Amino acid sequence: MGNDHFVRFENVDKSYDGKQLVVKGLNLDIEEGEFVTMLGPSGSGKTTCLMMLAGFETPTNGQIYLDNKVISDIPPHKRGIGMVFQNYALFPHMTVYENLAFPLRVRKIPKDEADKKVDKALSMVSLQGFEARMPMQLSGGQQQRVAVARSLVFDPKLVLMDEPLGALDKNLRESMQYEIKHIHESIGVTVVYVTHDQTEALTMSNRIAVFNDGKVQQLSSPDELYERPVNSFVAEFIGENNTFAGEITDVSGDKCKVKLNSGNEILANPIVAKSKGEKTTVSLRPERALIDPVTEMDNNHKGKIEEVIYHGDHTRLRLDLLGNKQFILKVPNSSNRMDIKEGKEINIGWNSVDCRALDPK
Amino acid sequence: MSREQILSSDGIPLEQSLKKAERKNKLKAVLLVAPLFLFILIIYVFPIGDMLFRSVDDRMITKMLPKTFQAMENWDGQELPDEPVYKAIYEDLKYLKENKTYGKIIARLNYEKSGFSSLIKKTVRKLNKIEEGNYKEQFIKIHKRWGQPEYLVALKNAAPNWSYAKYLKGVDMRFDQDRSIVQVEEDRRIYKILWMRTINVAFWVTLFCFILAYPISHLLATLPMKYSNLLMICVLLPFWTSLLVRTSSWMVLLQQQGPINDLIVWIGLAADDNRPELMYNVIGTFVAMTQILLPFMVLPLYSVMKTISPSLMRAGKSLGGTPLVSFVKIYFPLTIPGIGAGCLLVFILAIGYYITPALVGGASGSLISNTIAYHMKSSLDWAFASALGTMLLVGVLAIYWVYNKLVGIDNIKLG
Repeated sequence: MGNDHFVRFENVDKSYDGKQLVVKGLNLDIEEGEFVTMLGPSGSGKTTCLMMLAGFETPTNGQIYLDNKVISDIPPHKRGIGMVFQNYALFPHMTVYENLAFPLRVRKIPKDEADKKVDKALSMVSLQGFEARMPMQLSGGQQQRVAVARSLVFDPKLVLMDEPLGALDKNLRESMQYEIKHIHESIGVTVVYVTHDQTEALTMSNRIAVFNDGKVQQLSSPDELYERPVNSFVAEFIGENNTFAGEITDVSGDKCKVKLNSGNEILANPIVAKSKGEKTTVSLRPERALIDPVTEMDNNHKGKIEEVIYHGDHTRLRLDLLGNKQFILKVPNSSNRMDIKEGKEINIGWNSVDCRALDPK
Repeated sequence: MSREQILSSDGIPLEQSLKKAERKNKLKAVLLVAPLFLFILIIYVFPIGDMLFRSVDDRMITKMLPKTFQAMENWDGQELPDEPVYKAIYEDLKYLKENKTYGKIIARLNYEKSGFSSLIKKTVRKLNKIEEGNYKEQFIKIHKRWGQPEYLVALKNAAPNWSYAKYLKGVDMRFDQDRSIVQVEEDRRIYKILWMRTINVAFWVTLFCFILAYPISHLLATLPMKYSNLLMICVLLPFWTSLLVRTSSWMVLLQQQGPINDLIVWIGLAADDNRPELMYNVIGTFVAMTQILLPFMVLPLYSVMKTISPSLMRAGKSLGGTPLVSFVKIYFPLTIPGIGAGCLLVFILAIGYYITPALVGGASGSLISNTIAYHMKSSLDWAFASALGTMLLVGVLAIYWVYNKLVGIDNIKLG
């Protein structure tokens, strides 16, 4: 088989109890050197996929290929895959040095060479001089860095990370995101990263696989995922989203008319729902809608401000627009618009190309 | 910078008002602890103190022969003593005879040197015939042993108020007549064998418990809740059954016509007329004690294993360690605190075990505690029983000390 993908899931099913499928007919290709994130709500099957790749779970059906070889029959310790665990899984009875030397020692690498590798790995996460410390003497962020260094010290071609930053506080998490991203860029290792935090996924990944209900909903680059979600779930899950439910009444070229439940009609971009009479949910990003647009836009409607929320760099407005009382709008605070007040009516405009007609919810 | 005294708002030094504020809490704490403290004092400290005291107490004979020992004080123990010593013996024995309490000293003196029994009995019987004056001659006439210095030396040796002779007896040693320590005769050396057997049984029972408990504890710690609860009940069930009942059921199982022997015969491992003896020997002690002490090994092991995250073993494997290497280098070292606690607990319990060896051990399977019980109940040599008990206590404390040096008591985890 093969097909020249570094990692390949081929029609993989997984069931734990023989009654329910946790992963359903999963197909996923990952190229060498990529940073791919599996993103999804809990219970969506992303961690199960990672565990199958690592070898701690066996697929119920289908095959997983690593470097064009079927790996189902290879036990975890022979797969040569580095792994960072959710709670770091540092060996508490070993020093930082011993933790890092463990994968080298089991591979019978001579001591002086192992010392060099450990030193290199520690410098990668800027933790030189911590060799003699016990894991318990390190802060959460330091432990995480040791765990990352340990997963890389034996030069694996593939590293799996299972929500590695989940236990850290917000600031530390953000700086670790950049750190891991830079390590990935500098050594070119393939990383498969699991998280339920979309900001994390958008910051770090080359490509993101959005999981839901045991399936990959969409696999694409962060910007593609955000700008051009292929279904309602992805649109809802990634970033903020305004939706209108309705029915397509007319399709002409790359535009369609949607009659909303409130009776109004808007122009939208037919993506999933493409033919007349189809039910649809229309998705529009908050920042794509403008107040009193200067340029010509093909959707213009009036909305009433229900709530004004100050957010520092921008202000968030909740509008009652075309029957949607949860319509969110972002206004940059530099725009000096002093007439934003609760209860005021304003003009809202957006382009039909940003307004995607997706599957009904 | 000089340290100034900080005053609270009403002008009292802060330190003082803090103490005042905390006094009530301290008093409450003391009162809460007091019942347990008293209980420990009454149930443990006093009896153990009394036991220690009894094991070295030798004042009884001193009190019963006060004049004799006073008169003997200046005697060098070479030649026969002079008249005053015999006079003192006469007066002491006369007093004892009048009060009918001389029986007590016979056993004690006979222990010092055999032959005293008949000597004292005969002397007391003929005490009335002794006339005043020239006691030495009359004594030797009653019994020729009064003319042999070794008996009088033995008598003098019994004089000190305190004696560690019982401890010597506990390790098959004794004082000979010139107060030097020698081993007892070969055929009377029974306590060393007993000590060795006790330690041996405790060691093997600990080892068997460990071998059996480790996998069970691992299973308990890793199984899903609903199975592990069931298994836990199975482990604890014998815990809730009376010790006597459990031991008795082992007697039913292990007896020569019992089910285990039936099974052995049925399989063909032994002939029907040549059934192996599984009870009233060391085998019975091993089997029953291992089963009874097993929970004491399982519980500390389980509580330690429960805290070991399963991701550690996964991490070991993902880093390239085979399951065996990951177990030896990662899992096993992390369970050492539990192993230490379990082994210490089982060993200490096993070394002083009483009921089980008494019931299924027979002669070759009885342990030091059975001997202590024998001396408490049957031979009534409480001093010796106390000495053996003290030696056992010191032994256990020594094990504890060694363990602390090797592993560190802080590393023990009982849960």
